[in-house]
Amino acid sequence: MTIELLMGNQAIAMGAIRSGVGVVTGYPGTPSTEILETMSKNNPGNVYVEWSVNEKSALEVAAGASYAGLRTLVTMKQVGLNVASDPLMSLAYIGVKGGMVVVVADDPGPISSQTEQDTRHFGIFSKLPVFDPCSPEEAYLMIGDAFDYSEKYNTPVLFRPTTRVCHGYATVDLDENRYEVKAAGFIKDPKWAIFPRLSYQNHLKMEAQLPVIAEDFSSYRFNSVTGTGKKGLATGGINYAYTCEALLHLEGECKIFKVATPHPFPEKLALEFLDGLEEVLVVEELDPVIEKQLVYLCGKYHLPVRIRGKLTQHIQVAGENSVETVTKAVGNFLGIPVPFTKLPENLPALPVRPPVLCAGCPHRASFYSVKQAMKGQKAVFSGDIGCYTLGNAKPLEMVDTCLCMGAGITIAQGLHRAEPDVINFAFIGDSTFFHSGIPGVINAVYNESDIVLIVLDNSTTAMTGHQPHPGTGKTMMGTISEKISISKVLLALGVKHVVTRDPFKLDQAIVAVQEAAAYKGLSAVIFKSPCIAVVDKAASYYVDVDKCTGCKICIKELGCPAIVKEKDKVWIDPTLCYGCSICEQVCPFKAIGGATQ
Amino acid sequence: MINCLLAGVGGQGIVLASKLIAHAAMNKGLNVRTAETIGMAQRGGCVVSHVRMGEGLHSPLISLKSADMVIGFEPAEAVRCLSYLKDGGTVIVSQKSIKPVTDSLSNTNYNGDEMLKYLGSHVKHLMVVDTEAVIAECGSTKVLNIALLGAAVAAGNLGISFTDMEKTIAQMLPQRFVEMNLKALSAGAKTVLKEIIR
Repeated sequence: MTIELLMGNQAIAMGAIRSGVGVVTGYPGTPSTEILETMSKNNPGNVYVEWSVNEKSALEVAAGASYAGLRTLVTMKQVGLNVASDPLMSLAYIGVKGGMVVVVADDPGPISSQTEQDTRHFGIFSKLPVFDPCSPEEAYLMIGDAFDYSEKYNTPVLFRPTTRVCHGYATVDLDENRYEVKAAGFIKDPKWAIFPRLSYQNHLKMEAQLPVIAEDFSSYRFNSVTGTGKKGLATGGINYAYTCEALLHLEGECKIFKVATPHPFPEKLALEFLDGLEEVLVVEELDPVIEKQLVYLCGKYHLPVRIRGKLTQHIQVAGENSVETVTKAVGNFLGIPVPFTKLPENLPALPVRPPVLCAGCPHRASFYSVKQAMKGQKAVFSGDIGCYTLGNAKPLEMVDTCLCMGAGITIAQGLHRAEPDVINFAFIGDSTFFHSGIPGVINAVYNESDIVLIVLDNSTTAMTGHQPHPGTGKTMMGTISEKISISKVLLALGVKHVVTRDPFKLDQAIVAVQEAAAYKGLSAVIFKSPCIAVVDKAASYYVDVDKCTGCKICIKELGCPAIVKEKDKVWIDPTLCYGCSICEQVCPFKAIGGATQ
Repeated sequence: MINCLLAGVGGQGIVLASKLIAHAAMNKGLNVRTAETIGMAQRGGCVVSHVRMGEGLHSPLISLKSADMVIGFEPAEAVRCLSYLKDGGTVIVSQKSIKPVTDSLSNTNYNGDEMLKYLGSHVKHLMVVDTEAVIAECGSTKVLNIALLGAAVAAGNLGISFTDMEKTIAQMLPQRFVEMNLKALSAGAKTVLKEIIR
């Protein structure tokens, strides 16, 4: 045993390695990304690891390996499961041979996501078991249990940590022993091909098996009922940690039901918890999953227990819980005065700091070029998911719509059908293009949609921390595959007007956009320039204070975090400037210079 | 149990600083829990790291009024997180303010001195660190986080000594950066502009 400080996501990866995982697939997405990265860095040599092109592909690759008897792990964020839901729903009917754990990280808040959806509900919907760890050290052990249950019941299982478990660090005892999987290989059998008749039969089996798993879960080691009293708290995941912390602050005591497996619900253990209680407060984030199960059980068994939680407005219905909100709710529930009084008052006005495109980010130049090219014309800019969503902020304001991965291209087509006289732009990043952008392009070519596609190719998956993708050729096994050219893909799909430009050459970039907008039919401009995080910093630009008139056009047009107002002039922070040069190009007084001066 | 909150702006090296504190505590045999800001918020947004050390830790997040120390990498960010500070707790803060783009665009005239003044009149134990002097002395803007750690361990209530932190830096950072960072650590401890104990 060795003790290490591990992030929850690292603990999940190390736990999966210990459990003998053989194939790991996934698509990057906060807060899940570090699981697969850790797997790649700590590969004992016989684990196949890949960033798949999207979550659907990831889940299917893993399912295939699992059919052949290997243990497999799939990683994604909660909205990724929407993309992978097609194979997941069917796989629940087909089942697996080697253990298969689908890690789906939920993001209460949301801190870095489009939705506050609850993967525990996906478990209920797909009839799959769900594991919900409360800490990195529990996640390390629970991932092994998840593989065991998957094999015991021949079903894929969902493993749902939330952001604070994924990105929290804790001291974890690591066990160097590794479970060995002896895979028999794929054995041909009609059971692997889904047909309506088979689905009906398997549906019956699933319904019969769920209560058996629920019974099994009632004695699962991380589900527990502790404490005594007439009042009880039911909780799971990170909220269990908040609840324990709240009771420490309040110096209160009551019965606690910790639910590590929210589906199928451990009914027997729940009844043990409810026995003798008058009132329960359910402390959970996202949806009232545990709460509804307890309300159901109280109805089913005619129990005189009042269940409180999100449904009764005793717990906030949206957003992330914290030790404070939970302490307040538990304090009110137990009738104990809540601490945290006498907070600092009369704070001076604090600066607002929304996230912004980095100084030197090529997306700023791309957005600025399109904005200039379309000045005075009616145009709508559909955006997509990635760093470039930040192009919505002032002063660029170049993201009019953003929905989900790959939707910019198709939303633009719909907008254009409604208003053919408006020029419709669709922005998409390189990784998102490969993820789910290509079908949208085919749709536009096939249906003769007249939109302008702008591909923001920065040669990486930037927002999630610079993962490689098919356009970079680097794989998670350390090999270099042939780079897939976005330009060639577009041409092959039948896009007739495709040009590639460097966005930092503003004049050329603006002309390219104007030509693409004038082109009748689908046209595409690929703005190719690497993310600042994958290239070396160039020498910083500086302001000639004698020439600077303080007009602040550079600030008002570009909104670059490296350019700040300094008394009557502007100043470029050399620690932030990457030397991208666009401020020099927009300054009407030639007051900004580069390293050569 | 000791709680330390680190607050600043994305890109200031806060995650590494919290990791160094966590490892130094672990080297002393303590249990550690931390929570970090990762993802969209890192792009120039507010970044907060929670570091908790000792027994009886459940949540990775520090509760309000529970931090023994707040390390502010930027004056306004220290003020923003002041509700986490225990009565009698210590604040270490860099004197250098960072203006957000929104400030330059909207003419709100954010002023770091006002924040330092507020801290001076509301905090029992405040140490303002001249991080710019340390940066000039070490010749790298990257040492801001280590300079603040230097002052933090010098303050004495983290339960981590100067030598503990020196050892952790030598153990954790790539060999070629160790010397510069050890210099920044000791410079940070010595470059406290003003120390107010009320």
